[in-house]
Amino acid sequence: MSDIVATNQTILVVGGGISGMTAALEAAEVGKQVIVIEKTPSVGGRVTKLYKYFPKLCFPTCGLEINQRRMAANKNITVLTMAEVTDLQGEAGNYTATIKVSPRYVNANCTACGACADVVEAEFDDEHNYNMNKHKGAYLPHNMAMPKRYVLEPGMIGTDDAQKAKDACKVDAIDLDMQEETIELKAGAVIWATGWRPYDAAKIQPYGYDRIDNVITSVEFERLMDPFGPTGGKLVRPSDGKEAKNVAFIQCAGSRDINHLKHCSRICCMASLKQSTYVSEKFGDDANVSIYYIDIRAIDRFDNFYQKVQDDKNVTFIKSKVANIVENKENGNPVLNGVDTEGYERYANEHDLVVLAIGMEPSVDKDTFPIEIKVNDEGFIEQDEANGGVFAAGCSSDALDVNRAVQNATASALRAIQVVNRVAQAEG
Amino acid sequence: MSDLSSKLNTGMVEKYRNNFLKEVEANVEEGDWVKMCMQCGVCSGSCPLGAHWDHPPQELFMMIRAGKRDEVLQSTSMWMCTSCYNCIVRCPRELPITHIMHGLAHYATRLGIEPKGQPTRQFAQLFWDNLAKHGRVNELWLGVNLYFMNGIVEGIKVALGMAGIGLGMLKSGRLSLKELIGGHTVKDKKGFHAMIKKAQELEAARVDGSN
Repeated sequence: MSDIVATNQTILVVGGGISGMTAALEAAEVGKQVIVIEKTPSVGGRVTKLYKYFPKLCFPTCGLEINQRRMAANKNITVLTMAEVTDLQGEAGNYTATIKVSPRYVNANCTACGACADVVEAEFDDEHNYNMNKHKGAYLPHNMAMPKRYVLEPGMIGTDDAQKAKDACKVDAIDLDMQEETIELKAGAVIWATGWRPYDAAKIQPYGYDRIDNVITSVEFERLMDPFGPTGGKLVRPSDGKEAKNVAFIQCAGSRDINHLKHCSRICCMASLKQSTYVSEKFGDDANVSIYYIDIRAIDRFDNFYQKVQDDKNVTFIKSKVANIVENKENGNPVLNGVDTEGYERYANEHDLVVLAIGMEPSVDKDTFPIEIKVNDEGFIEQDEANGGVFAAGCSSDALDVNRAVQNATASALRAIQVVNRVAQAEG
Repeated sequence: MSDLSSKLNTGMVEKYRNNFLKEVEANVEEGDWVKMCMQCGVCSGSCPLGAHWDHPPQELFMMIRAGKRDEVLQSTSMWMCTSCYNCIVRCPRELPITHIMHGLAHYATRLGIEPKGQPTRQFAQLFWDNLAKHGRVNELWLGVNLYFMNGIVEGIKVALGMAGIGLGMLKSGRLSLKELIGGHTVKDKKGFHAMIKKAQELEAARVDGSN
C-alpha cells in the first residue's frame, strides 16, 4: 500500500456507494486527488442491490456503469476496498486518517475467470442478497462488481478448500498469506459517505419478521426481482416457493415511530409504489396488491407516479397502520389485523406475502462513531462547524433517495474542494 | 361599511364553533395529547376489546377534534378500556391513550352525563365506595354488591352459580365470613377519611380553577 500518495491536498472519501462515487468523481474531475475508502470488496453500495429506480423505472445498473467507467478512466481517483477508517486526527487542511485494510486473499492478477469458485465447496451467507441465499467461499460480490476481482471468505482460510482454490488459479492471484494491514493517509478534507442500512425489522415485534417466513423487507423484495438474485428473478415467497401474487406492503415499518426511528425515511412510500409495479410486471391482471399506509408521501413529480399507481385497479390502498400480523399455519399466509381508518372497519386480511417498507437508519452507530463528529438524535451527521473539514454526503447526513443523495454528495464535494483549495493557496 | 355581524347566522356559528378539543385539553387528564394523534389506527387495531367499542380510541380522537361533544362524553366506549396498555406501547407518537380513555370517562362522570347502565362504570363506582369506607377493599361485600348490581333475582342466580368457587375460597382461607360484619380496615381509619376528604377538596379546587 506504500504506493498510495496522499497529501494535505488530498480529499478522502469514506464510503464508495452512490454518494461516495459521486463526490469522488466531482472532485476528481476538477483535478483534485481523491482516495475512496470502501468497506466491502466492491464499490456501488446499496444501489447495486436495486432492481429499478423510481420514478422512471429504469435500471440502476445503467447509471452505475457510467459512474464506474468515469472512475476507471480518472487517474486522480484511488479506490481502497475492504478498508475502514478507524481514526481521524488533525484539522481541516491537515488530517491523518488511520485505515484498516482487511485481507482479500486475491491480488490484482485476478481475471475473474471463476476457476477458484468452481472447485470450492464451502458456502457462506450472501450479503449482497441480504443473506437470503449462499455463495461459494470464493466469490465475486455481484456481476457488476468493481474492482472485478474475486474474494475469499476469511472463514475458508486454513481449510483444504482454500488450498484447492489456490491450486485452481491459473494466474497466481490467490495469496493465502495476506494479512490485515493498518495504514495512515494524509488528507486535507474528508467526505463522509457511509450511507444507510435497513432498520432491524425483527425489532418491530407485532409484525413477526423473525417468526413468519412470508414477512420480508422491501430491500429483500427488491432482490427477488433481480435475474441474478436469490430466486433467479422469480417473485416467489420464502416459505414454499409459491408465486406471490397477493402482496401486502406495510408503510412506515420502523419509521415515524417513537418506538423505532423517529424520522420519516422518505424513500419507503415511493419504494412500495414502485414495487407494486413489479407484481403487475410479473403477473399482469392476476396481481393483487394492498398498500397499508398512514399517509402517502409522494412529493413533486412523484405525485404523478402515485396517481398512476392509484389508477391501477389491481392495487388497493388501505389507510391504516397494521396492528399485528399472525400466520395462518395451514397455508403459511400472513394475516394482517387492524382497523381501516376510512370507515373504521376492522379487518383480518390474508396475503401470500407481506413486504415491510423498512425504514432507513445511518449505517454507522452514533455511539461508536470512529471519528469525532456531530450527529443528531437519529445518528445522521449534522452540518456543524465543529466538524471542520469533514463533510457528510448522502444518507450519512439524512434519509434520502438516490436522486437527492447525489445532489447532496455534489454539494459536499464542493465544500471539500474549498478546503483543499485554501490549503493549496497557503502552500503556494 | 355595513354591520357584518348582523348578517351572520349566529346559530350556525355556534353549532360549528369547535371548542370541544379545547375543553378536553383543559379538563381531561392528558387531554392535551389528543391533537397529536395522526389517525394511523394502530391503537384501535391493537385493542383486545376493540371490536366491542362503539368508537375505538383513534375514532374518539377524531370525534373530539370534530367537536362531537355529546357523542363522545355519553359514549360507552372509553368505559370498555381494561388498561392493558397495548395501545400506548404501539402508538407511534407515544400518546398516553389508556390515561386519556380514563380521563374522558372521569370527565363525563364529573359532568354527570356518563352512560348510567354501563357495567364497567357501575363496577368502578362499587369498587370506590367499598374502598373508601374502610381503606381496604372488602372483597366479600364487593362480590355481593356486584352480583346484585342488576337486581335481586339476577343476584341470587349469579351467587348460586359462583357458590362452588366461593366455598373453595373459604376453605383455602382466601375469603373470610368475618368480612360480612365490619371486616378488616386500615389502622387509622379516621386519618384515612380525612386524607380522602382533603384529596377531594384539592381535586374540586383544581377542577374549578381549570373551568
